[in-house]
Amino acid sequence: MSKEAALTPGKGHAPEADAPVTEAGATSWKAEFSKGLLAENPALRQMLGLCPTLAVTTAVTNGIGMGLATTFVLVCSEVVVSLLRKVIPGSVRIPAFITIIASFVTLTMMLVKAYLPALDEALGIYLPLIVVNCIVLGRAEMFASKHGPALSALDGLGMGLGFTGSLVLMSAIRELLGAGTLLGFRVMPSFIEPMLIMITPAGGFAVLGVLIAISVWFERRGAEPEGRPAGEPSDTLCAACPLNCGVNDPNRVNCADGSLAEQLRRFEERVERGLAEKNDVGGDV
Amino acid sequence: MAQYASILFSMILVNNFVLVKFLGICPFLGVSKRFSSAVGMGGAVTVVMVLAIAVTWPIQQLLVAWDLEYLQTIAFILVIATLVQLLEMVLKRFMPPLHKALGVYLPLITTNCAVLGVATLTVDEGYTYPEALVAGLGAGLGFLLAMVIFNGVRRRVDEAEPPEVFRGMPITLISAAITAMSLMGFSGVIEHLFGA
Repeated sequence: MSKEAALTPGKGHAPEADAPVTEAGATSWKAEFSKGLLAENPALRQMLGLCPTLAVTTAVTNGIGMGLATTFVLVCSEVVVSLLRKVIPGSVRIPAFITIIASFVTLTMMLVKAYLPALDEALGIYLPLIVVNCIVLGRAEMFASKHGPALSALDGLGMGLGFTGSLVLMSAIRELLGAGTLLGFRVMPSFIEPMLIMITPAGGFAVLGVLIAISVWFERRGAEPEGRPAGEPSDTLCAACPLNCGVNDPNRVNCADGSLAEQLRRFEERVERGLAEKNDVGGDV
Repeated sequence: MAQYASILFSMILVNNFVLVKFLGICPFLGVSKRFSSAVGMGGAVTVVMVLAIAVTWPIQQLLVAWDLEYLQTIAFILVIATLVQLLEMVLKRFMPPLHKALGVYLPLITTNCAVLGVATLTVDEGYTYPEALVAGLGAGLGFLLAMVIFNGVRRRVDEAEPPEVFRGMPITLISAAITAMSLMGFSGVIEHLFGA
């Protein structure tokens, strides 16, 4: 840790941009932690990290394991990215972030394999795939690269626990309805047949769809109806971008200033142009 | 021959990467609105998957030989990211028409979990080199199939008027659930056909 701090030039004396300033100090720390839990919940509100959300939530134990593993990777990589944010040149930051994240994922895999072999078996290839979880890279790019290590750790913890919460909620519903158990213990009375569809892939999509609809309903209650449907992926390729930053959402201050927004806009223009040219040549179906 | 056909079809239908294994959900939901972009993305993913397997399989052998298996994740993700970048440059220089068709989707694939997933999966399954390549092709074609089917479903859904809270993502996910159900019918078919 001290080595990384020493590598960061001028870190000691330069005023930290992230230091939660003056009177609003305490609330700002709290806000950075709690925003990930509900208001910006990664899975249910930002639609990030949907692959593990759908794939491993067939049993509550898997959900908890996956959530905590992701939280660990999030916190560690956000802290390291934040410490190195002034050393890493902007042009190679994404590969650098991926390398940092991959190191922590490898560490997590080794720990899980050594101490929780059953969980390792259950999570299978989804454990190494934390590397490409949009939440982790997204938070590194959007938050940790612009804030100090303490705030980044809090942000990672909040986002990670919010993600764990949605995984547990989702897996509790699917395990209860699909197998009639919770954490492996029989809960449903035996005369209620388990609905096997719930633990199949189709059930995963359906439960997530209903959960997101419920969260939209909670958000809408009392609020003015907006033009854009909540949770609608933008019409362009933005939704498929690993750094899904809600660039089209004017309320998100994170991206408004960064170069990422500009990059995405240029990328979208390129895609639109490419598609238009293709349509001219081949003719769309 | 039978074992290759078995791997190919089970990757496309039974273990479909998107609808059964939930890999590559982001592009599946994000780029499936238009037919041309669904096909373009599917094609690009197929090409990158086969190339990624072609590169990562030998690397895995090296890692095993040097007792460095724990570096697998780091090595694979970096190699795939570099490969995609390189592919875009080569296509741009030598095959402009193909670059026009696939190029715009390539940057999105770099951190797509489906590509890293197929590379990891072939290692876990202990496939030989040709088997691994066929598995990569199957996974890519399965992704393409899912994109095309789902594009058809989605164009109907966009015309419909669901309850307000279901508009957008929720109804898209629920139609994905119904699409996923259609693939459940294939489990067991492949074993029957090829006796694997």
